[in-house]
Amino acid sequence: MKPKNKQNTVDLYYMEARAKLIDIAAFMDRVERDGFTDDFRYSAFKDALKELDSDSRTQNVLLSLSDPTTELIPAATTKAASGAWPDKPQ
Amino acid sequence: MRYIEPHAHMVSRTTDDYMAMVIAGCKAVCEPAFWAGYDRSSAHGFYDYFCQLTDYEPKRAAKFGLPHFSWLCINPKESEDIKLAEEVIALIPEFLKKDNVLGIGEIGLNKNSRNEMTILEKHVNLAAEHDQLILVHTPHLEDKLKGTQLIVDMIKSDSRIDPGKVLIDHLEEHTAKIVMDAGFWGGLTLYPESKCTSPRAVDIMETYGADRLWMNSACDWGVSVPLAVPYAAQEMRRRGYDDETLDKVFYQNPVRFLSQSPNFTIEKE
Repeated sequence: MKPKNKQNTVDLYYMEARAKLIDIAAFMDRVERDGFTDDFRYSAFKDALKELDSDSRTQNVLLSLSDPTTELIPAATTKAASGAWPDKPQ
Repeated sequence: MRYIEPHAHMVSRTTDDYMAMVIAGCKAVCEPAFWAGYDRSSAHGFYDYFCQLTDYEPKRAAKFGLPHFSWLCINPKESEDIKLAEEVIALIPEFLKKDNVLGIGEIGLNKNSRNEMTILEKHVNLAAEHDQLILVHTPHLEDKLKGTQLIVDMIKSDSRIDPGKVLIDHLEEHTAKIVMDAGFWGGLTLYPESKCTSPRAVDIMETYGADRLWMNSACDWGVSVPLAVPYAAQEMRRRGYDDETLDKVFYQNPVRFLSQSPNFTIEKE
């Protein structure tokens, strides 16, 4: 699926992406300033940032934050998801 | 524009939302059974909820001229309790006779546990026995990749199920290919903080084509936007898509999938 009248993608999305990039930088400064860098989610976040240098960045960021195992777990002990796989080797 | 809202938890929303959706061009809303935000203490709670989905909520929507359809199940968040889940599943056949019920959903996995899978299999069996459409919820965040693959493998292994009558929802870039390659329909859920934003949903449609994909708001009691679907249409307009394509994506395609249920009857314009 492609539009008949394709627009300039950078014109459309640059300012939005720029704002999100600065928000990420501010988030990292805030976490480091407040001393929460040992949280597994922050480690996973920093690992996922490396995928921005890959092809298929979106997919690879999501894969980096995913549980890569394939077996059912014995029982669900919580309903919530954390956004990062807690057992990922640091 | 005209559009279908194929996944919205309207019992959690206000009449203002119904009004806004109708004004935006919504022609039908479909409501899967889901988690209430707390665990229900018995099957009686689900019986009352199914009555709400098949009787009270359609009447509330009708006050705004909006056809309302529903899907029935016990959601995966409450499937860890096998006994409760079996009691709830036993209630469903009675409600399949209601004229606004489209099928079994939103079933699936949450934390990818053995009990969740057992109950998913029972739901799929129920759908096969009653020739019902299936709507599948895939897990959140870090659990989505694994859960989506487990769900696809399980449903594909049941030869009674036509993949064209199954929609697997909440796809993202790392799960869309798994679902599309297996021949299922897929759903893109437009949430502000998780799942998919409008630009990403359009990216996925541009990658895989729009023929077996729909977009939905899945609006509920959490952070969600009841007008997310028409907002996504506006995103497509920004990119240069014409009205004909918007009508196909937001109206004709969902109608094509949903019309496989004889209960999905709306005035086709």
